[in-house]
Amino acid sequence: MEQMLSFIAAKANYWTYVILLMVGLYAMIVKNNLVKKIVGMVIFQTAIILFYVSMGYKQGGTIPIVMHDEAHHGATSAAIKAIDYINPLPHVLMLTAIVVGVATLGVALSLAMKIYQEYGSLEEDEINEKLRNI
Amino acid sequence: MKILGKITILLCGSLLLFFTSDFPDFGDANSPASLHLSPYFIEHTLEDTAVPNVVTSVLADYRGYDTMFETTVILTAGLACFLLLRIPKRAVKNRYYLHEPTGVTLRFEGDKYPQESDVFKRIDSSWVPYDIIINFTCRLLIHFIQIFALYVVAHGHHSPGGGFQGGVVLGASVILFAISGNLRAAIKRFGEKTAALFSATGVFIYAGTAALCMVLGENFIDYAALAPILGSDRIMARSHGIFIVEIGVAVAVMAVMIWIYYNLSSAGKQDEGL
Amino acid sequence: MIFFDRASNLLSDLPAIVVTVPLLAALIASGAGWINRKAPFIIAIASLFVSFISSILLLLQVTSTGVVIEYRMAGWAAPIGIVYIIDHLTALVLVLISSVSLINLIASKRRIDDQFRNKEGAFYSLYVLFTAGLIGMTTTGDAFNLYVLLEIASLSGYALIGLGSNRAPLATLNYLFLGTIGATFYLLGVGYLYIATGSLNMADIASIIPKMMNSSMILFAFIICLTGLLVKLAIFPVHGWLPGAYSESATVAASLVAPLTTKVTIYIMIRLCLSVFTPQYTFQHLETTDVMVWLSVITIVFGAISALSQKDYKKMLSYIIIAEVGYMVGGFFLGNKMGISGAILHIVNDAAMTLALFMVAGIFLWKTGEDSRESLKGMFGKMPFTMAGFTLAGLSVVGVPPTCGFFSKWYLILGGISAGQYGFVAALIFSSLVNAVLFFRIFEIAHFEPFKEQHPHNDHCDEQHQAKSHNEIIKEAPLDMLIPFIAVSLLLVLLGLYSGAIVNNIIHFVIPKGII
Repeated sequence: MEQMLSFIAAKANYWTYVILLMVGLYAMIVKNNLVKKIVGMVIFQTAIILFYVSMGYKQGGTIPIVMHDEAHHGATSAAIKAIDYINPLPHVLMLTAIVVGVATLGVALSLAMKIYQEYGSLEEDEINEKLRNI
Repeated sequence: MKILGKITILLCGSLLLFFTSDFPDFGDANSPASLHLSPYFIEHTLEDTAVPNVVTSVLADYRGYDTMFETTVILTAGLACFLLLRIPKRAVKNRYYLHEPTGVTLRFEGDKYPQESDVFKRIDSSWVPYDIIINFTCRLLIHFIQIFALYVVAHGHHSPGGGFQGGVVLGASVILFAISGNLRAAIKRFGEKTAALFSATGVFIYAGTAALCMVLGENFIDYAALAPILGSDRIMARSHGIFIVEIGVAVAVMAVMIWIYYNLSSAGKQDEGL
Repeated sequence: MIFFDRASNLLSDLPAIVVTVPLLAALIASGAGWINRKAPFIIAIASLFVSFISSILLLLQVTSTGVVIEYRMAGWAAPIGIVYIIDHLTALVLVLISSVSLINLIASKRRIDDQFRNKEGAFYSLYVLFTAGLIGMTTTGDAFNLYVLLEIASLSGYALIGLGSNRAPLATLNYLFLGTIGATFYLLGVGYLYIATGSLNMADIASIIPKMMNSSMILFAFIICLTGLLVKLAIFPVHGWLPGAYSESATVAASLVAPLTTKVTIYIMIRLCLSVFTPQYTFQHLETTDVMVWLSVITIVFGAISALSQKDYKKMLSYIIIAEVGYMVGGFFLGNKMGISGAILHIVNDAAMTLALFMVAGIFLWKTGEDSRESLKGMFGKMPFTMAGFTLAGLSVVGVPPTCGFFSKWYLILGGISAGQYGFVAALIFSSLVNAVLFFRIFEIAHFEPFKEQHPHNDHCDEQHQAKSHNEIIKEAPLDMLIPFIAVSLLLVLLGLYSGAIVNNIIHFVIPKGII
């Protein structure tokens, strides 16, 4: 029992990311409404953030801000142990991914708005219907 | 088609789940990801850049080149929304005015509308009655939000924070103003041209600082080149260089957030909207 | 003395200059557009020119010394910081990107000013940012940095092609969805690589991978990175976004985005397979050849057949692009020297051909205001120079010597035969025949059918307003559109004549040692 729990705890984050990724992909492929597709896209990108941040975590590590004595800058590196701090690199990468996500969301929403102005609808089948009639 | 999509997703998902079994455990301090590069950043950040926040030093110095383009991505989104959506104001057909002494709402078509009037007040076509409590509370809050934003920008070296976070909070304060009052009042105080110029300027501060380092004879973004100008040693010059670019990032992110909001909320007319 | 120091310094900074000058120029242009409407064009063209010159200097430097140039961003060495790596292939693609972008900007100034009135600043800025993004993607030696630059190029691409006919926003939104799926898969693949190796630097990863050939994480990273890129490449069955996105958009934007996006993505694929996953892993350990070549065969046949059924000129070009993507992907995954040489040579040739064909689409549209093949009746008599260039471009797509299209196809076919992939050879020949049918049909219409005075109104095309009044006599295109176009079509012949030199002096050094 304990073994199974520790196994679940060790992998739960990765399973969650896969589920989120698939929820997003499902919405993007299957949903009919364009805004729902955009929401799916955001979930899809968020899943990746969960994945990266999970792999940066270390048991017992604290946030990657080095504790130091204000008095001497540039102290010796021997005092700082990498094991005490979680991995900063995934966090840096995900800051970039968040920004990219926001930017994509903005462009997608403005395209959706443009489509709504053009066809008066955001449902894909209604738009296709109108396109056929032109 | 939809069935095909569902099957693909199911296959893809089970494949991904299957491959997670080979991942290092969650929280494992001995995984390759935690052993190869990251110890260098944690152990050397103080002696290399004098910045205790490792995320900030990696973001703006070790991988500063990434971050410059990250800021550019935001600017690209702002430009894209502008290019796609913006339409001139004269395309607005109907304007609604409230005649304040009588409380009657009038609709004006075309170009004939009261320009500057004491009795007529412009209202949005889908008008929500003006709420003094919300408006007053928000106006009180905005100052504190902005001060906090400046703190987040300035204290990114020592605590969680930095240009992106602070910039977003700054942008949110202006957006809150627009939501609690109306869009026109916000545009009057922080115009579209200002937003556009600020967003380009913000990224320019970053890229310009980076290029200045190149002109001064070091590699691109090597802030150590700024040491003679800033009057400090090469390590502190990196710390100061990071601060300069963080300010640029904050300015750019703030302006672009506001710019995107203006364009999206009013469908490009920048006349009325939420 | 100081001057010489500075000059040599400048030379060593070239890898940074080639991408940062366009970036800075884009920032200045987006601001300057609010003050002066003429300034953005001048800034854009100057920066692209600087970028073009520096990429040529880089190519000369690489070919003359034969040494790979490394540039350390922020002064940090390889795995810690981000480095730029310029080898033969990079330099070749750099010259390609900057020249296509520069030529297209010169040729389309008139139409941009017409279609994007009051938004010139934003348009030129996005145009230059798109180029800067592609240049950055090409030069970077860091797997994650590639993702950021990929997103810059994609986002500015969406904005550029989002305006056009009234179907353009919908087509672009579909493109955005698939593009995001592709880019996010790539990011996921980089995450798998990072979790397995702990590094983001391409050369560093490549040095670690041979020690863990059998790791399932590396395998999955390979699959998912490749899937992401194939989505971006519009290979069958995920091609759906490409025809709509390229044919509904404004021609000025399409003639920038169409020649470059797919080609640079193929370059990225080659770079990933050769310099990240190592050729041993790609070709020997995984034996990808069969699967990928058959996928590309299906893509080629599908693209050719779909192109045959299109009435709209730009849509037909889009399907030809899909078929050409199949050529390059298949050629690369043949995994032998001839195939890879052919694929790389075809990147250059196809970019030039696509540019020429989209430029001619722009000229027709400017002149006639419509897009269908029928509108070309009698054009040979009216605009002889344009049609001569068009003929060259068409012959090149078909693959008639001495145009460049022939030589890359020749390499690809030889590669296919020596790898024993006869299906690929057959698909190549089939698609060439289809191209011949398509283009000779157009030549026939344009040459033999009489010119139609009254062009009917085309109501689904936003660009129609720019067509001159229909009664005006149609004659040769204005010089600022014609000269760049003629230059490109002559370049097609030159590339063909010098293709041996390109293969021997540049592509020869790209192919890794283990490959015969």
